[in-house]
Amino acid sequence: MRVIAAMSGGVDSAVAAARAVEAGHHVTGIHLALSRNPASYRSGARGCCTIEDSNDARRAADVIGIPFYVWDLSERFHEDVVEDFMDEYAAGRTPNPCLRCNEKIKFAAVLDRALGLGFDAVATGHYARLHTGPDGLVEMHRAVDHGKDQSYVLGVLDQQQLRHSLFPLGDSTKADVRREAAERGLLVADKPDSHDICFVADGDNAGWLREKLGDRAPNHGGAIVDESGEVVGEHTGTYGFTIGQRKGLRLGRPAADGKPRFVLDIEPVSGTVTVGPRERLAVHRLRGIRPRWCGTVPGRLEGTVQLRAHGEELPARVDVGEDGVEIELLEPAYGIAPGQAAVVYDGTRVVGSATIAAAERVPA
Amino acid sequence: MTSPTVYLDHAATTPMVPAAVEAMTAHLLQVGNPSSLHASGRHARRVVEESRETIAQALNCRPGEIVFTSGGTEADNLAVKGMFWSRRAEDPRRTRVLTTAVEHHAVLDPVRWLGESEGADVELLPVDDRARLDVEALRAAVERDPAGVALISVMWANNEVGTLQPIDEVVALAAEHGIPVHTDAVQAVGHVPVDFATSGVDALTLTGHKLGGPYGVGALVVGREISVRPLVHGGGQERDIRSGTLDTPAIAGFAAAVELAVKQQAEHAARVGALRDDLVRRVIDAVPDAHLHGAQLDSGQARRLPGNAHLGFPGCEGDSLLMLLDARGIECSTGSACSAGVPQPSHVLLAMGCTAEAARHSLRFSLGHTTTQAEVDAVVEAIGPVVERARAARR
Repeated sequence: MRVIAAMSGGVDSAVAAARAVEAGHHVTGIHLALSRNPASYRSGARGCCTIEDSNDARRAADVIGIPFYVWDLSERFHEDVVEDFMDEYAAGRTPNPCLRCNEKIKFAAVLDRALGLGFDAVATGHYARLHTGPDGLVEMHRAVDHGKDQSYVLGVLDQQQLRHSLFPLGDSTKADVRREAAERGLLVADKPDSHDICFVADGDNAGWLREKLGDRAPNHGGAIVDESGEVVGEHTGTYGFTIGQRKGLRLGRPAADGKPRFVLDIEPVSGTVTVGPRERLAVHRLRGIRPRWCGTVPGRLEGTVQLRAHGEELPARVDVGEDGVEIELLEPAYGIAPGQAAVVYDGTRVVGSATIAAAERVPA
Repeated sequence: MTSPTVYLDHAATTPMVPAAVEAMTAHLLQVGNPSSLHASGRHARRVVEESRETIAQALNCRPGEIVFTSGGTEADNLAVKGMFWSRRAEDPRRTRVLTTAVEHHAVLDPVRWLGESEGADVELLPVDDRARLDVEALRAAVERDPAGVALISVMWANNEVGTLQPIDEVVALAAEHGIPVHTDAVQAVGHVPVDFATSGVDALTLTGHKLGGPYGVGALVVGREISVRPLVHGGGQERDIRSGTLDTPAIAGFAAAVELAVKQQAEHAARVGALRDDLVRRVIDAVPDAHLHGAQLDSGQARRLPGNAHLGFPGCEGDSLLMLLDARGIECSTGSACSAGVPQPSHVLLAMGCTAEAARHSLRFSLGHTTTQAEVDAVVEAIGPVVERARAARR
């Protein structure tokens, strides 16, 4: 096959590209330029958007011996990922831009362009496994390395996208990949993993949002109240908060019972942030919108759901209706925010995903 | 890839000619700093001075007017900054720097730096839709305050679209007011006739690797009466304008290349120009909505570099075209500079009035001394399917 290897400049995508070559594919490496002005994005070597990362990717392609180009997707990325991220926060929701990027950029804009240019597939360094099931459909499963498994952020891919995807690292552990990178002479072998959002320097989401949203922020400050409505603190903008957040609330007084308090609700229009005890965060039912299915649309399913990137798996009953997905959690989940993605699994297989629109709390 | 590489990026760099390789390698194993007083030093000095005389003869300047540098970028920086500093030191009113909007970054960036950091008043003069300087705009700019102009810098030939600038007119206009003129002739020497004394310019940049010489060596030809403040301070080896131990082997190779390129210029331009014309006509036959950017084709080499074919392919990304051609062993350029690793629409095409969209659908094929008819044929054969593919990738 003719394969485009998306190379971030990190160790995973470099090894994935090398393995695609070894599997006999005709591989071309690309690095995605996601900012018009790369220096303005993250500094240091932890992201995937800096000039240094682009150079690392180029050097890895040289070592592997494949052609390498930079594809400028900064406009698409800004429209589809960065603006969406801002809009979601402005509306009091908590988006995951990595899923959005996979859905709209890596396995859409890049894949479309690759197919148009005569390539057959896009290979990335994501940790997930693909194989063809008995019905002929491509199935996506969790990676062998559960600590690194990234099937959650790929839960937005549909069958068409999966058919043109390669994840050469799904059967390996991160330790193996690092060892292999060193053996292959890839200098990125011991480069640290990236964790934060690539376009937010220093991982300071609230600071970034404050600066970028500017007047678009729905409010410039407001009250933090407890469940009785009593004001217990103030804030400079609701976009700095996520449901379930405990740190950084800077509440003036401790709760009467002395227990820590968590963000329960965010009301962006009035600017009210409600806090309360952890047990009030318990959620037993979710409604999901914008479902994306990896294969056949399930009607009803008993499986598991994962609600955040490195979150635990919770047993659940999933009902797919006309206007969305109803998810009944068999054990409560805590700190669930609208905007997050619920990814549905059947065993290790990814069934699909939906964006959480509403979370129903356990009645008090 | 089984077929040989089709190299059509000579404006980026062109292969060294055997005469330059021989001249350079002959000195690589010989010790001697040209500044040393002993026999080895004297021998190296003799090589450098003979090289200087060779280049002087080829360009019709005096040997003492040649300042060797590390290449075109350094020579441009030296001219722009060095002449600005010394002109302003002579008269503090001289803060204006006039140049064109289509200069190479080796001129544009130092000019901008002078504006940002040295208090210069910078004006980038407009060009027409073929990238040729609007001389009347230059006249108007000069006449607004002639005594305030420190320097005019106008390139001899544009590196992206190959347009030749009206250097004669610029020099005549500047001479009315006693303003010095610098020209970046990096793309011109060896490709079109360049005569320093006759041109009347005060400073001229050239570089080795664009005309069959080695990388890392170039020169600023600067009239003896022109004062230039140094950029690089040290031993003062080159007229106290430029310091650093002279690179004897590179200078010998550079001189051999300049001598040959200038000697063969007319024949080279006729041969390469004919191949270029053939390439442009047949590419447009294959892709009917493709169009030439820059000056019209002309056999007299009065308006356009003979080796330059800069073409627009509507509905395509230049990046996609480049990649698809590269996969077929055909090497060219999108003509757009990479700014911080991200391709930016070319400032030259934007200055010519192209939209950002049109600026992105362009390719530059630049032909040179090794270009053959078979290479042109390979492009003509590949271009139709490649453009079709690139268009599909955008849908």
